[in-house]
Amino acid sequence: MKFASLMNLSIAMRALRVNKMRSILTMLGIVIGVAAVIAMIAIGGGAQQRLQEQIASLGSNLLIVVPGSIIQSGARLGAGNAQTLTEQDARAIVTEVQDVAFAAPLSRSTAQVVFGNTNWSTSIYGVYNDYFDVREWNLTEGRLFDQGEISRFGKVAIVGKTVSSQLFGEDNPVGQVVRIRGIPFEIIGILESKGQSSQGQDQDDVIFVPLTTGRNRLFGEPRGRIARVGTIMIKAVDGSDTQEVENRINDLLRQRHRIQPGNENDFQVRNLTEILKTQEAASKVMSMLLAAVASVSLLVGGIGIMNIMLVSVTERTREIGLRLAVGARARDIMMQFLVEAMTLATLGGAMGVLLGVFISWLVAYLANWNISLSLLSIIFAVGFSAAIGIFFGYYPAKKAAKMQPIVALRYE
Amino acid sequence: MPLISTKNLVKSYGQGELEVRALDGVSLDIEAGDFVAIIGASGSGKSTFMNMIGCLDQPTSGDYELAGQAVSQLSVDELADVRNQRIGFVFQQFNLLARTSAVENVAMPLLYARSGPLVALTKKEQLDHAKLRLQQVGLGDRLHHTPSELSGGQQQRVAIARALVNDPALILADEPTGALDSKMTVEIMHLLRQLNHEGMTVVVVTHEPEVAAYANRVVTFKDGKIIEIQINEHPVGKFEVEQSL
Repeated sequence: MKFASLMNLSIAMRALRVNKMRSILTMLGIVIGVAAVIAMIAIGGGAQQRLQEQIASLGSNLLIVVPGSIIQSGARLGAGNAQTLTEQDARAIVTEVQDVAFAAPLSRSTAQVVFGNTNWSTSIYGVYNDYFDVREWNLTEGRLFDQGEISRFGKVAIVGKTVSSQLFGEDNPVGQVVRIRGIPFEIIGILESKGQSSQGQDQDDVIFVPLTTGRNRLFGEPRGRIARVGTIMIKAVDGSDTQEVENRINDLLRQRHRIQPGNENDFQVRNLTEILKTQEAASKVMSMLLAAVASVSLLVGGIGIMNIMLVSVTERTREIGLRLAVGARARDIMMQFLVEAMTLATLGGAMGVLLGVFISWLVAYLANWNISLSLLSIIFAVGFSAAIGIFFGYYPAKKAAKMQPIVALRYE
Repeated sequence: MPLISTKNLVKSYGQGELEVRALDGVSLDIEAGDFVAIIGASGSGKSTFMNMIGCLDQPTSGDYELAGQAVSQLSVDELADVRNQRIGFVFQQFNLLARTSAVENVAMPLLYARSGPLVALTKKEQLDHAKLRLQQVGLGDRLHHTPSELSGGQQQRVAIARALVNDPALILADEPTGALDSKMTVEIMHLLRQLNHEGMTVVVVTHEPEVAAYANRVVTFKDGKIIEIQINEHPVGKFEVEQSL
């Protein structure tokens, strides 16, 4: 049997070689279809992978509270214009809202950081240590802030990778002193690299100082009983319903900010994980759609194979008659043409894989998009094209196998 | 025991009033080693008879034994095997595979061997065997020529080598010289005579009396029936072949 299929393969290869141009054009349909499917899956997969990386770099179960718009003297100010959130809000959220693991308040500013004769403009974040828990962000070197530094506005800083490399190059910055707005800060830690955020910002281009230090020494905010903060980042407990947590935070903050029913919030709760997940779902649907469209071309390619196989069977009627006369069984004839169709489809599939990989690579190279070439999609595409060969080759092969030897032999 | 024995073979098409009998009760025995020509006008039933004894078609009724085996009741697949093992076909139009070398054309039927001594040969053994048969028909120097590089007579020789490749009991030639000029006709008929001299049973279907003259016996068909069986005391070519060997 193995021998018989090998024999069919050599017959098929000969038949395809005899009509070289026709075979190539027929295969082209499959080549384009498979290449399109592979490229679409690779590009779609790349987009998803990128979103997943962003979700991972953001930290999971992440919610963020930012100030909303407020009404001052009848004028509605845009969101973020006023600092409506406080550290007390953060503390209340973590103690009072169920399923909240951390609620990290932070304030942010921009400043020039100077070391020796180099300097670098970057974002200054005032945070507490729980911020790093929320972001699931680890130090590669050094340590976090200690309690004394937090309560006494210690002049210490933790730097991101970009800042470190901009100011210190390859050197270890821990223990070095930089100046921020003229104030010397000792660097006590370096964070691992997070890469780009979903908005395309470099998340490593950042310096962290204790929130108390930032407020009292850097951000120039009025000292007062209420410690205002720019943002509160919240991490919900794993497995909790972040939507539900979001609602609870909403309720709590409305109550704390004494917002009457019917009035607008002066804050916004954003469920970042949910947003990214929604994006991911959308991109998944998009890539499936693209792959589906690409499969249509594969289908058209299959119809092309069927067409050519029908022509081939008709052309070779006398050959079929001869083979039947010298002892081929109907099954042998069937297999011969089925193998021929499968060879067309599979060869086309293999070439399509090469073309698809090349296109994906080209897109990655030229457009700088993420691509994700999966072995599974390649196996699937080749397998699918072979299946197309069988499916669309079946009818012509059956037609050939049903011929009567005496009729086929006399066919003109 | 005759090699071919048909009893009251009937092949009819259509039914009732419209029934047409292409064969109308044909009984004929052909002994092994015989050289028989079947002649008749077109529509006489000679081609239908050839299809029957070639196991290409099944009779409507009647019995046919080939080398003692009743073949009229065999399945389509079994008939294919009988054709493969016992019968070598030669056609008017040669029916060689285009763009395929002579030796591969001759080896082709071996691909379908399912039993007998020639089953499961390697590709090389098949080609060696095919080479032997090409040498037998005098084309040992044309092994790798494709049909388009051969003359009509040479192409028919390749076809005869192909008919011989399975070591059949019977060569069945349907108008083997129909596409050849008279010089090549002589060449091919001499070859068939020679094969018959070597012991092969040969049945030639033709409408040319000159071709039939090479046979030991001439069976004439008319309207689906045998109307005459004539014995050639001195078949054309017999003497020459015997002298040359």
